[in-house]
Amino acid sequence: MNEGPYTHQASDSAYHFTAAALRAGHEIVRVFFYHDGVNNGTRLSVPPQDDRNVSERWSELANEHGVELILCVAAAQRRGLLDEDEAKRAGKDSNNMAPGFQISGLGQLIDAGIQADRLVVFGD
Amino acid sequence: MSVLHIINKSPYDRSSLDTCLRLAQPDSAILLIEDGIYAVQKNAAAAQKVEQALANHQIYALQPDLEARGINPDNMIDGIALVDYDGFVKLTTDYDKSQSWL
Amino acid sequence: MATKKFLYVNRTAPHGSIYAQESLEVVLIAAAFEQDVSLAFIDDGVYQLMQNQDTSGIGSKNFSPTYKALGDYDVSKIYVEQESLELRGLGKDDLMPLTYEDEDDDWAEKDSIHVVSSKELAEIIDQQDVILNF
Repeated sequence: MNEGPYTHQASDSAYHFTAAALRAGHEIVRVFFYHDGVNNGTRLSVPPQDDRNVSERWSELANEHGVELILCVAAAQRRGLLDEDEAKRAGKDSNNMAPGFQISGLGQLIDAGIQADRLVVFGD
Repeated sequence: MSVLHIINKSPYDRSSLDTCLRLAQPDSAILLIEDGIYAVQKNAAAAQKVEQALANHQIYALQPDLEARGINPDNMIDGIALVDYDGFVKLTTDYDKSQSWL
Repeated sequence: MATKKFLYVNRTAPHGSIYAQESLEVVLIAAAFEQDVSLAFIDDGVYQLMQNQDTSGIGSKNFSPTYKALGDYDVSKIYVEQESLELRGLGKDDLMPLTYEDEDDDWAEKDSIHVVSSKELAEIIDQQDVILNF
């Protein structure tokens, strides 16, 4: 997942695809967020009430189906997406990761490519 | 080994469709999503190359993206099949791998 | 762990957006996984390999010398589409020379860049297990 929420449709497409794959009984090995895609993992976005909440929607997938949501650490640090540990390590005064998201390395993308039968890229 | 080519860009904005058609093997399929949908339109500048591509490729379009853009299915080039997200998932399993022409 | 054929497809020019730079970061990390890696440069992606890139005037990181290290990471299959070069008035001489040392040939230094036709590249794409797009 290579783009952030709202600016591009990519995140919506990836979400609907993931939800459909789960409905069909497939296992989702991982959703890996890269480039601006890491912005999907913020818990500080406050979209208007009549709009979808992209990051909450991802969090629900993690919560209800155990889908692993991984933000690339290097991409996340560049763009100010930090979990508690990363914020502490970088001496920042707060963190902003949404529930269900985890920070990990790029190796998780390659590992997903090795493990999964299919890999689908969404982006701009 | 067959490929599902996914195009999410308008043929009037980017070269994704042209590049895909240049690099797609005859047995591979093409799925139009997001702004890639605009390639389905009959009587449009891109229609001829899409019609030619249909000779070698199955071409699919994602119905929710078509509807979101107000395109009437009656104005779609004949031979393009509509799928929903469940159909999108099925396509990724029908083909060995996908290539997203971002 | 099974070895898969990974293809990294690069279709974006460098510097105007971050895709090229972050794609390169993926390729370098991926090297540790000992998969069968190929890189394809298509459309504006061919601009990533231009010689003489100098980012000092725009204040961003010049990551272009990193491509020259790919050979040390056992990345030696770099395919550049001929048609993409021609459309942009470029030839192989406009690209950075990228080489690797062939361990099966007494560590002879060899060219990593293969300029291939669309037809050849279509076959290479077809042979992959996993395709990542940038």
